[in-house]
Amino acid sequence: MAGLTLKSVRKAFGTVAVIHGIDLAIADGEFIVFVGPSGCGKSTLLRIIAGLEDVSSGEIAIDALDVTRLPASDRGLAMVFQSYALYPHMTVYQNMAFALENMGLARAEIDARVRRAATMLRLTDYLARKPKALSGGQRQRVAIGRAIVRDPKIFLFDEPLSNLDAELRVATRKELAALHAEIGGTMIYVTHDQVEAMTMADRIVVLRGGRIEQVGTPLELYNRPDNLFVAGFIGSPRMNLLPAQVVSPGLARIGEAGQPVKVATGSLAAGASATVGVRPEHIALAEGPADLALSIDLVEQLGGETYFYASAPGLPQITVRQNGQVPRERGEALCVRFEPAHLHLFDAEGHAVRPGG
Amino acid sequence: MRPIQLLSARHRAGRWHWTDIAAYAYLALGVVLMFAPVVWLVLSSFKTQASLLEFPPKLLPLSQQEVRVQGFPQPLPLFAATLDNGERRELAQVRRIGLIAQMVDPADPKQQYRVPTARLVAVRHLSFATSNYTEPLQKFAFTRYLWNSVFVTVIATLITLLINSMAAYALSIYEFRGKTIAMLIVIGTLMIPITIILVPVYLVVTKLGLVNSLWAVILPGAATPTGVFLLRQYMLTLPRDLIEAARMDKASEWQIYWRIVMPLAAPALAVLAIFSVMWRWNEFLWPLAVLTRTESFTLQIGLNAFQGELQTQWNYLLAMTVVSLIPVALVFVFLQRFIATGIANTGMK
Repeated sequence: MAGLTLKSVRKAFGTVAVIHGIDLAIADGEFIVFVGPSGCGKSTLLRIIAGLEDVSSGEIAIDALDVTRLPASDRGLAMVFQSYALYPHMTVYQNMAFALENMGLARAEIDARVRRAATMLRLTDYLARKPKALSGGQRQRVAIGRAIVRDPKIFLFDEPLSNLDAELRVATRKELAALHAEIGGTMIYVTHDQVEAMTMADRIVVLRGGRIEQVGTPLELYNRPDNLFVAGFIGSPRMNLLPAQVVSPGLARIGEAGQPVKVATGSLAAGASATVGVRPEHIALAEGPADLALSIDLVEQLGGETYFYASAPGLPQITVRQNGQVPRERGEALCVRFEPAHLHLFDAEGHAVRPGG
Repeated sequence: MRPIQLLSARHRAGRWHWTDIAAYAYLALGVVLMFAPVVWLVLSSFKTQASLLEFPPKLLPLSQQEVRVQGFPQPLPLFAATLDNGERRELAQVRRIGLIAQMVDPADPKQQYRVPTARLVAVRHLSFATSNYTEPLQKFAFTRYLWNSVFVTVIATLITLLINSMAAYALSIYEFRGKTIAMLIVIGTLMIPITIILVPVYLVVTKLGLVNSLWAVILPGAATPTGVFLLRQYMLTLPRDLIEAARMDKASEWQIYWRIVMPLAAPALAVLAIFSVMWRWNEFLWPLAVLTRTESFTLQIGLNAFQGELQTQWNYLLAMTVVSLIPVALVFVFLQRFIATGIANTGMK
């Protein structure tokens, strides 16, 4: 078990820079998720940590020990690949024992470790099988087992659930979380699925274009996104982002015509253009005076909750979430109020405007 | 599928369409084209030297029947003769003078006939001259040649597989500076035919004192650019993740090569092994240049020895050709499936 520190890590493939100076400290035992859209450099960053890619500049330290120039095999990390990368010519047992043999452990010790991991992952009955005789979920567990037996300093997961079907993904997600609770290792997990990130992470690292956008616990990111990108990326359905203009300190007008709403405007001057963000569940249906009058484009009745997709002139489509079953029809008018405490304001550059900030 | 089903398979079950007939005719033609020379070779290998030189040639190894007749020390050839009175008798020929043959009745040696040769038809029977096989194998050290060929083929193939796969590993998976240049040099040597380097390589082999040793045949051709290229292309198709997983699993380069890449490259190795066996078994020019002593001859060189300047011992030559074909044929029979799928996988044709 170990902590990890990245210091201004940069990576370029030829002249194309893909990682632009990442600084990050990961504590011992943390479950960290790298999340971002495809091409944001999250997998590259993981491979840099693993030692499968060289850094162009910067420093990587595991437990305060500089490993920047150390090859992958000497870093003491274990990685679970997206494709699982099980050795097809070896049985499940041999797959898990391979690394231990390379470490030069005694036969008895190898056997004990493999059997312990197999029990933990319910693979005992499949030890003699080749990977091609296993189902997707079983292969996934073998890949995890191969990492566990080594008792590595840090576990690295590269989108390990993306090849599973939806149901199995949810199940395996829970298993992984339980596994982390049980063995308590430092884990770094890469995914493009923000739901996976929200459900499993101790802390989430949101990446875009080779830069860290924000680091924080799932709820920190959800409740206080630093910028428009994080606001839009975290949460499903995504936050409504509406163009707005500061009317006066503490008041902003959404769109062209709506009533000014109360929102902390910080240091923004009157007349400055900004973006108001509001999550679908923080929009209430107004009985009396409304902040905004919308017309319903589409209604989704899920039983336990209802989603309205509504629009107003000059504004992008707005998603409204209501608990329970709300009997409204397509085409009807929808008057809404925003909850001032849950409004987010972003300046023209997309940075969050915080009260007093 | 049973052979009978296989041979009567049709486009639509139970009905003959003209395309079925055309297909079978075409396939039959193919079978004849492919097999007729081999069948002829095998049949001819059982003929005596005399019946090989006979004109018109016969397909089957027929030889003239001979009988021992009292009063004649040598066995005499038997003919069916039509006598002057039109009677047909089986007579043995004593001697032949011009167009007249002097014949004798084997049952009654005192009775002699003079019959024009035009009215004689040789009495033949099927007989396999197995001495074509046994004599060279016993008298002419052909077992020695056979052993030399087997030794060269097996050892050279093993060395080829080992060296080529290591080179291919370096050129496909191992990272080092100048990899592309090294690859280009290897590929470049494909363009140099053996006839060009025959003399320089011979000089090298002579300096090393390897002339007349089987190692002189094995070593110069052990690393083939074709094999390196074939294996490299196959290794490039192995999932990169597997290699990286092995690196993460603390495997050394040697372990990745031996425990991960080699087992996974088995189809390509099988193809290269088959090609190497065929190349080595049929190799002629180079062994002919470096092997001059009979005891180090390989089979192909031994066969060449039957072809003299003045006389060719066709019966031995044909029989030993059959012997030299057997191992390659066996390789094909048992590894045919490997060859087809392996060649399809590696893209080598």
